[in-house]
Formats: sequence, C-alpha cells, structure tokens
Amino acid sequence: MTQNKETTMEGVFFLTGKDFTNAGAASCELKSILEKMEVEHSAIRRAAIAAFEAEMNIIIYTPAGMMKYSITPDHVKVVFQDMGHGIEDIELAMTEGYSTAPDYIREMGFGSGMGLPNIKKNTDEMKISSMPGAGTTLEFIIKLRQEKDNENL
Amino acid sequence: MKISEIVKGLSLEVKSANVNLEKEVTGGYVSDLLSDVIANCKEGNIWITLQTHQNIIAVAALRELSGIILVNGKLPNADTLKKANEEGILLMASSLPAFEIVGRLYNLGIRCR
Repeated sequence: MTQNKETTMEGVFFLTGKDFTNAGAASCELKSILEKMEVEHSAIRRAAIAAFEAEMNIIIYTPAGMMKYSITPDHVKVVFQDMGHGIEDIELAMTEGYSTAPDYIREMGFGSGMGLPNIKKNTDEMKISSMPGAGTTLEFIIKLRQEKDNENL
Repeated sequence: MKISEIVKGLSLEVKSANVNLEKEVTGGYVSDLLSDVIANCKEGNIWITLQTHQNIIAVAALRELSGIILVNGKLPNADTLKKANEEGILLMASSLPAFEIVGRLYNLGIRCR
C-alpha cells in the first residue's frame, strides 16, 4: 500500500456527543488503517493514544464533532473539530489534573485531567484553537520515520 | 506466563466467549482511570480494574492488552460483554478486591512492565 511514495490516505469519522456505545470506534479504525499501511509500531501506538483521548473529549464534552485523518509517508495528521462550547483557557486545560468533567464522567474513569497532556506527550506537533461558543479544533501530527533513516534511530 | 495459568491460579471467571487463553501476559497494570491506563500500560499487559462500562474494551483493543480482570465481584455490562466478544478481548471477573488480585499476580511472577 505504501509502495507509492506519493500515497496519501485520507478519511473522516463523525462523532456524536454522549454516544458511549461507539466511543473509541474511530480511534480503533484509525489504528487498523495504520496497521494495514504497515506504519511503524511506535507511531501506531502514539496515534492510538492521542486519537482516543481527542475522540473521548468530543464524546464527553460536545454535542458532535468530526475526526479527519491524513496519512502520508512522512506523517500521520489528525484534525478534530467539534461543535462544543469551546475552551476558555487553553493553558489551564493543558494542565495535568485539570478537568471540568461532571461526576458521572469521572465515575467512568474519564475526566482525570490527563487527556490533553497525553495527546501532547504522544505527538510531535499539537495545536488547539478554540473560541468560547464556537467550538474547538485540535490538530496533531505524528512524524513517520522514512525507511532509509532506520539506521539513524 | 500464559493467561490460562492466571485464570487457573486465581480462579477467575472467564466472561467473554471464543477467546484465546494461550496468549502470553507481558505484565500487569492496575488503574481505574482510563487515561492512565491508555498512556502507561504496555502491550500484552493484563489490566485490573473495577470499571465495567464498554469503553474499557476500546482501551484494551487500542493498547493490545492480553485481558481485563474485573474485581470486587463486578460484572461486565451487557454492552461491554458484547463489545468484548466482537473485539476478541478477554474479560475475566473475580469476587476478590484489586489488592488481592494484584498480590496474587505478583506471587505468580507478574510485574508492572
């Protein structure tokens, strides 16, 4: 599949807020696409962790959103856009342990304030833009090693 | 160590169907915070938790865990069990609390790794 160096694989998943039945399905699907494309294992692991956290944020905090991915020989890029109420203070939201999750979400083991920090730790680039009332866009990139560079890593 | 030895050694009840009990367990992780598990567990780990909702299956599938042990007599929700069967995730249950399960796993030689 990756024989052609110009190959780009793209797709989009739609996410529905509070739909805990399908929560995680988009991340699992992305993982299996990356596996089929024979992306290196550590990049798949990091993409799976980051995508799950971002997907769960949309499920937990917003009415709806989408996850768009593009995979090139150089990187995996995933963009999450939602229709939520936005993040007022992004720096505060990035603080480990900070969460606005209600009790019932915390009882499920979510809302520990580790989501955004986990995304940051597992990606090479992460951008968040948000306007209160206008939703949030989160984008991350995971760089892929080129096969030829293997011996340097 | 194989999962089947753990199931036997700890008298665990296997909840999911058609699962491979011959899988190797690489180590163990105990936590009820999903972000903690997804970030810090290792591939092939056995996960000890009291969370019973279906999202635990996505975590186990994404991190390729060898199985989940539900403690304190907790049983999986119907949705959780259905999802476990679909994804081929081994779900086990015990009436013992997490402390006891972890202690016994440690005695069997399972470590956090």
